[in-house]
Amino acid sequence: MNTTPPGLTEVLQRTFSFPKRHFLSVLDLNEVEVASLLDLADGFVSLNRQTSKKLDLLKGRTLMNLFFENSTRTQSSFELAGKRLGADVVNMSPRASAMSKGETLIDTAVTLNAMQPDLLVIRHSSSGAASLLSQKVGCSVVNAGDGQHEHPTQALLDALSMRRAFGRIAGLKVAICGDVAHSRVARSNIALLQMLGAEVRLVGPPTLIPPAADRWNVQIFHDMREGIAGCDVVMMLRLQLERMDGVMAPSQREYFRFYGLDREKLALAAPGVRVMHPGPMNRGVEIDSEVADDLSVSLIQDQVEMGVAARMAVLTSLAARLENDR
Amino acid sequence: MSPPSHANRPTAYAHVRLVDPASGYDGPGGVIVTGGVIADVIRGDDLGALSKDVEMIDGRGAMLLPGLIDIRVKTGEPGAEPKETLKSAALAAAAGGVTTIVVQPDTHPVMDEPSVVDFILRRARDIGLINVYPAGAATKGGEGQRMAEIGLMHEAGCLYVTDADRPITDSKVMRRVLAYAKAFNVLVAHRPADPWLSAGAAASEGEFASRMGLPGVPAIAEKIMLERDLALVELTGARLLVDQLTTAAALESFARARSRGLPVTATTSINHLSFNEIDIGDYRTFCKVEPPLRSEDDRQAVIDAVASGLISVVVSAHAPAPAEDKRLPYDEAAPGAVGLQTLLPALLTFHHEGRIPLIDLIRTVTSAPADLLGLPAGRLAKGAPADLVLCDLNAPILINADKLISKSKNSPFDGRRLQGKVLRTVVDGRTVFGG
Repeated sequence: MNTTPPGLTEVLQRTFSFPKRHFLSVLDLNEVEVASLLDLADGFVSLNRQTSKKLDLLKGRTLMNLFFENSTRTQSSFELAGKRLGADVVNMSPRASAMSKGETLIDTAVTLNAMQPDLLVIRHSSSGAASLLSQKVGCSVVNAGDGQHEHPTQALLDALSMRRAFGRIAGLKVAICGDVAHSRVARSNIALLQMLGAEVRLVGPPTLIPPAADRWNVQIFHDMREGIAGCDVVMMLRLQLERMDGVMAPSQREYFRFYGLDREKLALAAPGVRVMHPGPMNRGVEIDSEVADDLSVSLIQDQVEMGVAARMAVLTSLAARLENDR
Repeated sequence: MSPPSHANRPTAYAHVRLVDPASGYDGPGGVIVTGGVIADVIRGDDLGALSKDVEMIDGRGAMLLPGLIDIRVKTGEPGAEPKETLKSAALAAAAGGVTTIVVQPDTHPVMDEPSVVDFILRRARDIGLINVYPAGAATKGGEGQRMAEIGLMHEAGCLYVTDADRPITDSKVMRRVLAYAKAFNVLVAHRPADPWLSAGAAASEGEFASRMGLPGVPAIAEKIMLERDLALVELTGARLLVDQLTTAAALESFARARSRGLPVTATTSINHLSFNEIDIGDYRTFCKVEPPLRSEDDRQAVIDAVASGLISVVVSAHAPAPAEDKRLPYDEAAPGAVGLQTLLPALLTFHHEGRIPLIDLIRTVTSAPADLLGLPAGRLAKGAPADLVLCDLNAPILINADKLISKSKNSPFDGRRLQGKVLRTVVDGRTVFGG
């Protein structure tokens, strides 16, 4: 396979050894590691745009996708990432199998571990599930979202999208808007963006801002117009529709009126503002289609593309560490 | 266990440091035991002339205190014996210097009628290690809707009524339970927790829970329910035991009620004295208890309340949960911690830290619960049951959860270094541990 783009070859040749066995939380990373991962991911973006996209960096490796929660987007992103790197990829959806018969997460983990995977990608509805799993298996574990805790690869791909759009992250004003309280995407992004020197604001009704979030070195706004004023990036979060029916917000239309992103509110942001959303979007609820589909401001399609590259960077780094272990 | 002859042959525990909160004595002395009761308590170094048939047990300066009384213990019997049986709990208690336990009614079946009370008392007699008393359910099935047979259970020997972990949410039911129990002078215990604010919570609300993505319950959920309970006490005049006060906000309400002379008493658990929410760390489910571990400010307020006597009773809140219920994601894991065997050394921490005088600490697990429940034990006094603990106050110990006697090993103290080693536990004059 001689299709490696020159830029990627250069990055791969740099002496960077990722020191972690697992990829569980943004808080486990430091700036140097993040910069290396972003550089690597950048290289994979070029590769992914070629006709021939396949490498053999993970040849012979087995990647297991263990998704206890449905997510077509993230699961296929990891699947593509694994396959483009040459790994054998297996998708497990335990909800349909033994887990519903009373088998615990640990039982499943021990069973899968016996099949000798090299990389286990887990998504689970409980905070801490990925960490728990990592304590019981011999392979590398990647957190693809644990409850309301973290979604570190999402934060990485978001940082990659921002760095490519602005050329930097330090100094950017980023407003994270919507259901921050229940969002693992928000938690990972807050930690990563702050590490990289961005200024983070949280915008949402008090019912959707996590308790004591004022201790996170962020500015909190309940008025969206004030919150996004002067911001370089407006990151919208998905709000589950059932939370909007008088639970966390009175109704969809009231929510959209005050916290939905439309042209009018967006006009208050900094010139050159970019809009992000981790998907899937509730159009007309948290974001107006006019904004979401405007490629001059929306980074939403880029985010999906960057997702595959960022995950390839994570998998490559972890696999290199596995190599060193043996 | 010692041969039965011990019960008849007098035994002298000599050269010990007596710590007896009931009389306020903390000093050198000895205790003479005959026929399962304390025949004499001698203060000072001189035991005097003892007759030759007295068996001498030389304490070599160790501390001798009344056997501990732990009024909030769960076992798995009846109904969940793989977690813990009355026997395994009794063995753990004996090893921890606990000589009397009050077991909670949320068993299967629920202890809501006299035959289950009778079952527990009979099983305890058969096991014969320590004193076991049941608490009866306040409502049928512990469901918080219809009153249980409070009078009959009281007659059968239950020491108080409670729905254990489940708060009685319906204020009308709570009012009736209090009013009815008062007629029998039965103590009602209730855990103050607003059920709606608490629903689905796995931790205390705050920066830590927010960061970890754990659903939280605000500390004031305790205060809200406590205020209701205190108002109902005022209305009915019934005696209330506030089960596990753990927050500074609720302590304020409680202090006000006490100062106004309401007949209310409060406990706290050794877990809430010893740990705060940060101890959960990377989702350590052994630290998942109910109510959840609180902020450090709350923990400090609880320690102060024990020091001042506002909280008069400390419980282990022993709640066995086997590995399969704990090795789960944090929000799915069962709450509860075993604590019978670690209660005494964990409590002694506050003496070693110079925070609470030894005799005041010991009071919270001896004479205070005894007085509350009208038990003859919990004191070193002539005629009292010979329930005793001989303890090396300073010996360092390392808690290894796997080596605990309980059938379940869910101890948040796992790996902790504590000071205070139980050397011997005596119940009714019989040595049931050590020696």
